[in-house]
Amino acid sequence: MADAIFRTVFAGPHASIQDGGRPGVPASGAMDRKALALANLALGKDAGAAAIEISMGGLVLDCLSGATTLAIAGGGFIVERDGTRLGSWSTLPIKAGQKLTIRPGPWGSWTYLAFAGNLTAKQWLGSAATHALSGFGGGKLTTGQEIAVTETTQHGDAIGAIACPVWARPRQKLHVVLGPQDRFFSAEAINALLTEPFHVTSAYDRMGLRLRGPSLAPKAALSIPSEAILRGSVQVSGDGVPTVLLADHQTTGGYPKIAAILSDDLDGFVQLRTNDAVAFRAVTAAQAVQLARTRAAAVASVYAKTRDLAGR
Amino acid sequence: MITFRPVADHAVLVDFADSLSDSAHRAVLQLDQALAAQPFAGFTESIPAFVNLLVDFDPFLTDHSAVESHLRTLLDHPAFATAQPAQREVLVCYDDDFAPDLAAVAHQTGLSREAVIEAHLGGDYAVFLYGFAPGYAYLGGVPKAIQLDRKPAAVRGVAAGSVIIAGPQCLVTTLTMPTGWWIIGRSPTRILTSDPARPFLFDVGDKVRFRRISRAEFAAFGQV
Repeated sequence: MADAIFRTVFAGPHASIQDGGRPGVPASGAMDRKALALANLALGKDAGAAAIEISMGGLVLDCLSGATTLAIAGGGFIVERDGTRLGSWSTLPIKAGQKLTIRPGPWGSWTYLAFAGNLTAKQWLGSAATHALSGFGGGKLTTGQEIAVTETTQHGDAIGAIACPVWARPRQKLHVVLGPQDRFFSAEAINALLTEPFHVTSAYDRMGLRLRGPSLAPKAALSIPSEAILRGSVQVSGDGVPTVLLADHQTTGGYPKIAAILSDDLDGFVQLRTNDAVAFRAVTAAQAVQLARTRAAAVASVYAKTRDLAGR
Repeated sequence: MITFRPVADHAVLVDFADSLSDSAHRAVLQLDQALAAQPFAGFTESIPAFVNLLVDFDPFLTDHSAVESHLRTLLDHPAFATAQPAQREVLVCYDDDFAPDLAAVAHQTGLSREAVIEAHLGGDYAVFLYGFAPGYAYLGGVPKAIQLDRKPAAVRGVAAGSVIIAGPQCLVTTLTMPTGWWIIGRSPTRILTSDPARPFLFDVGDKVRFRRISRAEFAAFGQV
């Protein structure tokens, strides 16, 4: 059982330890849960194991001692080991003296770096997922910080590619179920939501993403009693601006939610960038469940294939 | 009038009322307890709030209408009496530097500082919901005499442990954060217990009393 130690030469502002999330409170966990899963599965690990989530700020690591294998999956980031460019979705061996550089590439906002071994991270309520606002969980990465990976395993000397499924790409067509507070909006506002384009703004972090588009002002200025909200809720503030609530969303809120995005669409949604357009399409609750089942089956089969390849 | 509203592909929101009421909140807690005792296949989580319960499920195992009929059965057979709520105690020190808004609350309510403190200590509080950030337990039950609308603008950098009030609500903060509520004291009581078996001091529905402590007692907790 060996260890590998890394030092963070540079960490962008939103690099943090994330995993599959914790129940409620808020869940946190990876913004793109499928990319996290694929990076982990490519190393034969549990889909929800702790890994490093990297934003457009990028990350540079030096391997100080030991050796292990890394897997990277997520956006189309630029990945280099000692200056040699690798694919955005790769597995690669790394050993003491080598440097890994990850920076934004042609597409995507988040990518995931998984380690063959146990990434040492502080837990909170049974999860290493970092809640950005409080810092609870494994925490944000800071320049100069050391990262320990214990019980490392190695998966050969070769650099490998992880297949990037089409559903892992940025997603601009989003399915929603209207509500639960669509009754507070005019027919015009609902129509605008479902027919007009909206655009991603730079007001985007792990808590939520604000959209630019036609005003969706509620019929009356109102304050509903605070209620539980879910990742993917499209919440509209009094001035008519919609915000999609994401991994570190507050647990409760008092703004009306005009619609909620299907869970499966959220992983691709978070890979969009500022000024990308999105379009909402309403489905019934029953259609939403059917869609969720069809897609979950397709995702599960890719997960199984990735896990099998890692086993070889 | 109970309304079931679908939320995305994986949740149902059960609305008991449109505005705050004790009976609606009791109904929320009753349904939450009944569901905990008799969950359905595919149940993942339920989150109680003031007037509604959010019930999350795995769409691979069930769907909105099956969840709704399960919940309707629970509502039709109120076999589960609400468990006796636990009584919790929260310590609070009202010293000036911990209570930057105490004078303003006194001024706006026409009470003396001591009368504001007495009123706050005299409230019968209950935990309505957790929200906003980890450990933020919203307590209802601030006496009418000291109920004020929130301040027009939030103040930044309010210390963790601050005891803050707005309208009928009171909470003890767990993080340093901005707030537009009135800061009337500081508590050494840890709402986030750091005990993995019981991470939060309160359950939703618990009764809460505040007990006044001196600066020396506060300091003894080593949290100044």
